[in-house]
Amino acid sequence: MQEKIPIAEFRNVSVWFDQGNSRIEVLKEINLKIYEGEFLAIVGFTGSGKTTLVSLLTGLLKPSKGEVLYRGKIVEGPDLERGVIFQNYSLLPWLNVYENVALAVNVVYPDWDRKRRDAQIRKFVDMVNLTPALLKKPNELSGGMRQRVAVARVLATDPELLLMDEPLGALDALTRGNLQNEILKIWGANKRTALLITNDVDEGIFMADRIIPLNPGPNATLGPEYKVSVGRPRIKASLNSDPNFRAVRNNILSYLADLGEAAKQSKSNGLKLPDLKPLTPGLRSFPFRRKAI
Amino acid sequence: MSDFTISVDKKPFALFDRVKSLRIAPPPRKKLLDLFKNLAISLLSMLVFLLVWQLGSSYLFNMEASSKIEKARIDQGDAAAAELQMCINSGNTSCQPNTLPSPAQVWSAGGVLWSDHVMIARKKVEFKQKVAETNQQRRAEGLTPIRYTGRPSFVDQIFTSIKTVLVGFLISLLIAIPVGTVIGLNQTLRTSVNWLIQIFKPVSPVVWLLLVFMIVKTVTLNSGLDTSFIISSISVGLCAMWATLVNTSLGVSSVNEDYLNVAKVLKLGVFKKIYRVILPSAIPLIFTGMRITVSVAWMVLIAIELLAQSPGLGSFVWEEFQNGANDSNAKIIVAMFVIGIIGFLLDRIMYWIQQSVSFEKAMA
Repeated sequence: MQEKIPIAEFRNVSVWFDQGNSRIEVLKEINLKIYEGEFLAIVGFTGSGKTTLVSLLTGLLKPSKGEVLYRGKIVEGPDLERGVIFQNYSLLPWLNVYENVALAVNVVYPDWDRKRRDAQIRKFVDMVNLTPALLKKPNELSGGMRQRVAVARVLATDPELLLMDEPLGALDALTRGNLQNEILKIWGANKRTALLITNDVDEGIFMADRIIPLNPGPNATLGPEYKVSVGRPRIKASLNSDPNFRAVRNNILSYLADLGEAAKQSKSNGLKLPDLKPLTPGLRSFPFRRKAI
Repeated sequence: MSDFTISVDKKPFALFDRVKSLRIAPPPRKKLLDLFKNLAISLLSMLVFLLVWQLGSSYLFNMEASSKIEKARIDQGDAAAAELQMCINSGNTSCQPNTLPSPAQVWSAGGVLWSDHVMIARKKVEFKQKVAETNQQRRAEGLTPIRYTGRPSFVDQIFTSIKTVLVGFLISLLIAIPVGTVIGLNQTLRTSVNWLIQIFKPVSPVVWLLLVFMIVKTVTLNSGLDTSFIISSISVGLCAMWATLVNTSLGVSSVNEDYLNVAKVLKLGVFKKIYRVILPSAIPLIFTGMRITVSVAWMVLIAIELLAQSPGLGSFVWEEFQNGANDSNAKIIVAMFVIGIIGFLLDRIMYWIQQSVSFEKAMA
């Protein structure tokens, strides 16, 4: 896989936001290659800039420095070949489940006839087990059901590169497991490329070929990559006894634990607490009173 | 523009919602009891209202009567005063004091207006039958048919007013929604026309009427159109459109970033993006604005008709006031109730429409 040219690439990408005089640096000098057909997971703490990373690849955000390439070309804006599952579902609340999926399907397959598009929509809604809720509006669905609609919407358009920004974060363990399997099935069947952003190391190991930790921001950088050499199809129940799985898991967890420790250290070194004394309640705590006396 | 925030009473008439919920599911005993309790309270408050009205009007009646009698005594002596006293007591309409009418007087004035309407309607039918043959001839000859030109009844006035307000409402929508959408989409444009909205929004209906009058009078010169209807409906539209305009531009400019991201990721074209994402997401706010527009239009209409002398409830009220007949005051109060009830119904209709298009209420 490694000898192929990457499908997507980050070259020295930095992102910062200017707020008045201060500058918030989110990502710093990110170099990343995503290869055709692989499943890459990026794990990181919340607030470490994972969503920014996805926005760069979708084209919703432009890097402040460096360049993001897709198939050798600089990413100028969103395109249909890169599908995104947003962290916050992003369903249109005035459309029902069917219409939400249909919106995407109609855009991606404009030359299909009505019947074929209808079949495609129903197939993917069924895949996420939402056929009974086909005509319900997002507000009538639970958080997990909404996220499943978002998954169906993207999977139905069969994008070359599937970007997932903590897609299963809001789901219960059972649904989460089912959807992980569904995503893997589609990814495996069509030999697509997938990038999964998650804060769940186990999810990353279960699904991905490669895991890269994102060091916490500001100025987030990528950590070393960990290869997951567990064969597919993977079965959750037997995974725990797999020596490869346990080795990778331990490595990543200890790396992340060290990171957390280091972050704490640097914070306690860098910040000096101001020397404050609590005000004593009563007359004397009001300066203007004191002056008057 | 954002300083123009509008809060809409979600439950202006709680009793009605209870009736609605009763219809959807057979209620447990407690709900039924609540319904009766609410009905009883409403009826009680109506009784209190009528009682206060009755007491107030009889007090004013006595005040007016005694001052009239006193005046007669001073001007014409005791005999004239006693005669006037007797006349008032006998209920003779020629010498009744002119003041706030009692509920009973208003009720009977309502009856008079209704029988007047029945009479006029019958006259119209008779007139139609009478001229049917002539009109057929005239039509064959290419002439305009003869129309009934008699006095309109109170009910005719009501329908004229409703027609005017609906046309005015349509005019305001045709202006406000497209303009609001366009300025909502463009921040620069919004800033540049903000002064115009802020200045014209608070202008009084009277001034709008005069402005429209100046323009329409010249435009329709020699055209033989019904200018008073055109003037009053356009003025109503111009007065009432601001709420919809401001709400539309607010709704269009404040679309959730997530929805816009969906549009971007799916690469929707400009028109598709407006049509599929921006406008639907702005619809609850647009309808809130439209609901306000309808109530403003109805309120403004009465004043405009009164001024423009165009037929309708407003001119009915004004003519009755000028008329000064014995039951004029009672007729004015009847018109007041009718205006209130129609305004309430219009608001209800808009509320239903607003509820049916709102995707937020599905939370329940």
